Amino acid sequence: MTFDLIHTGATRLGTTVGAAFLASLVECVEALTVVLAVGSVRGWRSALAGAGTALAVLAAIVAALGPALSRIPLHLIQLVVGTMILLFGLRWLRKAILRAAGLIPLHDEAAAFQKNIAAMHTAPTGAPSQTSRTFDKPAFAAAFNITMLEGTEVVFIVIALGAGASGLLLPASLGAAAALLVVAALGLALHRPLARVPENTLKFIVGVLLSAFGTFWVSEGARLSWPGFTAANPDLAIPFLMAAYLVLALALVALCRKVANRTPVEE
Amino acid sequence: MQWFRSVTRELLGLFIDDGSFALAILLWLAAVLALSRLTITSSWPACALFCGLAAILIESVLRYARRHR
Repeated sequence: MTFDLIHTGATRLGTTVGAAFLASLVECVEALTVVLAVGSVRGWRSALAGAGTALAVLAAIVAALGPALSRIPLHLIQLVVGTMILLFGLRWLRKAILRAAGLIPLHDEAAAFQKNIAAMHTAPTGAPSQTSRTFDKPAFAAAFNITMLEGTEVVFIVIALGAGASGLLLPASLGAAAALLVVAALGLALHRPLARVPENTLKFIVGVLLSAFGTFWVSEGARLSWPGFTAANPDLAIPFLMAAYLVLALALVALCRKVANRTPVEE
Repeated sequence: MQWFRSVTRELLGLFIDDGSFALAILLWLAAVLALSRLTITSSWPACALFCGLAAILIESVLRYARRHR
């Protein structure tokens, strides 16, 4: 597979890699939290085996679904996938706005880590240590399930972002792979859940990116043109959509804080 | 099969959190698509697409904020 720079456009390549990287980073951090918790309590061998097996299954899914997408008309894929990404991105952005405004609690990776450690301590079967050489089924299953769950979301993100135009599957996969490598390296270096990563900030940015992508793809699928951008280079509308969603989201955070702090008036 | 059920539930949860929010988005997309068929060269449907989605997001977020203040 080669990059089709002339037809794909550098703007779309860059935004695809960036969106895939950031969206996958969020999912990888969530999976890593659990895998680290399982590994530190039940032993690294089974936890890593579970996570590795899930990654192999997911790679097979990408290999199976990726080529099949090329047989479907591009406009139809853009419309359907754009709608899915829009639902996904706006839902994500809405939650990030409400979290940033303090209306719903922030997702706490440290709390999730402690919860998983407690669950693993009470799990059945013997009590394998980190040096245990025996196969630990609960550890394998826990690591496999979380990698499968979060990884499926990454697969969806890669396939969805890669379906935007021909030659985008590889950049989207590279973005996701880079996220996996970054999180794995961070996990190795820290050996702790990545509570230091400002998760909501990440989700806020991803929500903006996906909402912009979703809006753009739906417009492409429906063959709608954006004012000020020629049909030859409609991709330039994407950064403007991102900026518009970002300004809107930041304004909504401020507005929500104001609404939430206002005392109810008598009617 | 347990993980398959969990994955299915997780995938659905990716798109639908607030039912009325998701429904409003889908209805707006359908409306813009239908209206775009009536115009040929105008670029207003693309602007309307964004403005409608922005309005849905604003309404949903502010409704939540008012309800939970």
